[in-house]
Amino acid sequence: MAHDPSHEHHANVDHAAMGIEKEHPTWSTYWKVATILTLITVVEVWIYYIPSIVASRAFVPSLLIMSAVKFFTVVAFYMHLRYDHKLFRVLFTAPLIIAMTTIVALLFLFGKLSARTGALG
Amino acid sequence: MATTAAAPAIPATDSYVGTSGVWSWLTTVDHKRIGTLYLFTSLFFFLLGGLEAGMIRWQLAVPNNHVLSAEAYNQMFTMHGTTMVFLAIMPLSAAFFNYLIPLQIGARDVAFPRLNAFSYWVFLFGGIFMNASWFVGAAPNGGWFGYAPLTTLQFSPGLNIDFWVLGLQILGVSSLAAAFNFITTIINMRAPGMNLMRMPMFTWNAFVVQFLLILAFPVITIALVFLQFDRFFGTNFYTIAAGADPLLWQHLFWIFGHPEVYILVLPAFGLTSEIIPTFSRKPIFGYPVMAYATMLIAFLGFGVWAHHMFAVGMGPIADTVFGVTTMLIAIPTGVKIFNWVFTMWGGSLQFTTAMKFAIALVALFTIGGISGVMHASPPADLQQTDTYFIVAHFHYVLFGGSMMGIFGGIYYYYPKMTGRMLSEKLGNWHFWLMFIGMNLTFFPMHFSGLYGMPRRIYTYDAGQGWERFNLTSSIGTAVLFIGLLIFVYNFLIAGRRGAIAGNDPWGAGTLEWSIPSPPPEYNFARIPRVTSRLPLWDVKTPTLNAEVPHTDRGDRRLDVDVGTKHTGHSHPNPANSYPQQATESGMHIEEATGKSAKDLGIPMPNQTIKPLICAAGLTIMFTGLLFIHEDKHSLAIATILTGALIMTMSLYAWVLTPLEDHH
Amino acid sequence: MTHAAAAHSAHDDTHGHPPTSTGLDNKKIAIWAFIGSECMLFASLISTYLIYKGRSVVGPYPHEACLPPGCSTPLKAILNIPVTSASTFVLLMSSLAMVLALAAVETKDQPKTTTGEKILGSSKLWLWMTAILGTTFLGFQAFEFTSFVHEGLTIRTNLFGSSFFTLTGFHGAHVTAGVLWLLTLLAIDYRRGLGPKDAINVDLAALYWHFVDVVWIAIFTLVYLIK
Repeated sequence: MAHDPSHEHHANVDHAAMGIEKEHPTWSTYWKVATILTLITVVEVWIYYIPSIVASRAFVPSLLIMSAVKFFTVVAFYMHLRYDHKLFRVLFTAPLIIAMTTIVALLFLFGKLSARTGALG
Repeated sequence: MATTAAAPAIPATDSYVGTSGVWSWLTTVDHKRIGTLYLFTSLFFFLLGGLEAGMIRWQLAVPNNHVLSAEAYNQMFTMHGTTMVFLAIMPLSAAFFNYLIPLQIGARDVAFPRLNAFSYWVFLFGGIFMNASWFVGAAPNGGWFGYAPLTTLQFSPGLNIDFWVLGLQILGVSSLAAAFNFITTIINMRAPGMNLMRMPMFTWNAFVVQFLLILAFPVITIALVFLQFDRFFGTNFYTIAAGADPLLWQHLFWIFGHPEVYILVLPAFGLTSEIIPTFSRKPIFGYPVMAYATMLIAFLGFGVWAHHMFAVGMGPIADTVFGVTTMLIAIPTGVKIFNWVFTMWGGSLQFTTAMKFAIALVALFTIGGISGVMHASPPADLQQTDTYFIVAHFHYVLFGGSMMGIFGGIYYYYPKMTGRMLSEKLGNWHFWLMFIGMNLTFFPMHFSGLYGMPRRIYTYDAGQGWERFNLTSSIGTAVLFIGLLIFVYNFLIAGRRGAIAGNDPWGAGTLEWSIPSPPPEYNFARIPRVTSRLPLWDVKTPTLNAEVPHTDRGDRRLDVDVGTKHTGHSHPNPANSYPQQATESGMHIEEATGKSAKDLGIPMPNQTIKPLICAAGLTIMFTGLLFIHEDKHSLAIATILTGALIMTMSLYAWVLTPLEDHH
Repeated sequence: MTHAAAAHSAHDDTHGHPPTSTGLDNKKIAIWAFIGSECMLFASLISTYLIYKGRSVVGPYPHEACLPPGCSTPLKAILNIPVTSASTFVLLMSSLAMVLALAAVETKDQPKTTTGEKILGSSKLWLWMTAILGTTFLGFQAFEFTSFVHEGLTIRTNLFGSSFFTLTGFHGAHVTAGVLWLLTLLAIDYRRGLGPKDAINVDLAALYWHFVDVVWIAIFTLVYLIK
């Protein structure tokens, strides 16, 4: 394919925009994402003020889920990981998994330790 | 330092045309020169750390010795550990990363040459900063692990720990900057045909280590920030009275500390994986498994940190989990050991000095690995923790593993770096003295440890059964020193008197041996097209390479439009879309031509002083904090602001200047 | 055209450098690696905050009031959810402005006729918007910090104070660096105009900016909302 000079030229034009994904989400996608993010935030704050929900077991998990949805929406659309080269996905996801596992492991270790101290005390 | 290394070994190759003198070294952005700077600086720090070890062994040679006071002893072992880990082994590995990665993947430089220079200067200034503490009589004294709350202001009021905390912060910047650079370099600067599964084993190990660095260093950065804030701004992170947990530091430190162990040893594994195939005249056994084992070691390395803390009483579940994950790591590590052995099996072995060091690594690291599996078991660990048994274990890993590999690497790559051979005769002496000295020093420590001798005591009474082992260890250290002196002599004279090396003195198979020694500034006059894992053997000794897969599947895969799957857009991989380049440059051997990059029309990055200034600004900024504890607050603020200003301005000047002239 | 000549022309177009092996930009790979590294940085900060949650021996506390004898004077729960919700919204909107700025730079060369297209296509407008929203977020944070100090919570008061100010302070420092980066891009835009060839550099700033935003999304839930 590179025998064709015009094709080669094309490859080098691409070079100028290397790393920019080719198919962009449109402006309307951006606005929709912003609306969704705002709505989730409103719901988050709203349930914070409803004592019955705060008291229920669903409070913390639902907040965590909503926050995760926001997190991954921004990453997928605004950081355009959804449209981008899979290498970037690996570069971000692998550390993120290690980071989250570390947080969970640490909480487990410390929670357990304080529980035992409590039992002893 | 500069003048020694600057003297070109073979004037005919003209490797650094028109760029000699101190200024050219201060402004260099050439990865080979930066690698050389790393090598000389870290060897100097290695000798310094060795002297500190010598003082320790002198003090412990006989019971109730008083060569060192208790305070001086604390400083000595703290600085020995800190120096060896952060100022010797890590930068020695960095020297090889710098020198070899671009050569092994067929690139002309790293992805960010100026960032590379910045990394070196930050490392140098950080090392000087850390050691400046000796001159104010306040060298760090809290152990290389710096356990808080011992290291908080309440228990360590002097400047000692301030130097340690700030020094490590500075050094962390260097390691992180270098790691981003090498990750990008390895992903993106490979020559056509050099797909991931054709990368030399050293580059593979280096690649994995960079990920360990970028994931482990932020954790210690934060642990140190807490300590720094506690010490300078009165926060409570490690204040037990305020409810702080004494284990917080230990957890954060070892989340960093255990991956750090692999950061120290994997580069040496990489060097060994280059040396053994060359001198066995066989491709490495189980190449893909070697690569996967490296990744697995790194990944598991993040899940074992608490085995350093069995003694704190985390409870049976945590102990079991961390014990099991630790034992799991023995599997990929064992895979590596067996692969090295199987590489040698049936090969025509050549016992050069480099090969001896590599074989020594396999043997000695195995000993350290086995004692490691012993204290992976919590009940056994409770007997061994904080005794000399542990000291024996990690010296077999770090001296028997890392340093043996690095010395092997130096003998193997010295000809490439200087164009001349190190003396094999002296090398033989060096190897045997070091091998005997190392075992004489560290093997008895297993016994003194099992007899109950604790670590970090500055002296001990007679009659506990420790005298003989300690004396033997100290004699062993003296033997090590003789070996080391022979090495230094060999290293310094070979640059002028060594035999001329030529491109490929060892008959190796990887790209770096296809170009002149020392390589010209542009490395490759024509970028080669890589034909297999051992492309040079394809050209020179194809029979050795018969078993290496030569499918073009990898090539074809790279030729597939990158990103097509995800973007629906044609994006041909430019590196692989010029078949004419293949026929034109192919896999070839380049002889020394003496031509400069200019002669050949190869654009090279401009030299610049800005990274050095930026690194100096960063160091000044951290130095300013020291004055807080001297109660010179305005001086502290003035210094910090000056440093920040220098750093920011040079950073802007650097980023806004193009890397090279436009033609 | 002969092969040699083709190779030569290819060289000219890429300033003599061999093209990268993945076809991706070096800087973009580096920034993603950097962001991966930052995940661990904030993971350490966040876990410390969570580990120390509820372990302070003196008030003020984040979510519950502190009454005597725990505190010498009664102290109310210190976190101000309405204000922080507003600042969270501001930061989310700054991310929207940032993607629009990037899109404007990427499409600089396309002709724009309607007023709407002109507004959406103004990189200066959206870069300014992002920087201003970022600064507003920092203003909220400064207000929050000062009011906490007035209510008796400093970085030295208790474990909550130490871990809270360090975590949110680190985040604030990241926002500050991001604002400086945006202002630098703006300066370049005013000097010579940002066009599609600069899109990669704006993209780097954008990725960093959004990452700082997602960190805040996590902090807002873990620190402010979960009691």
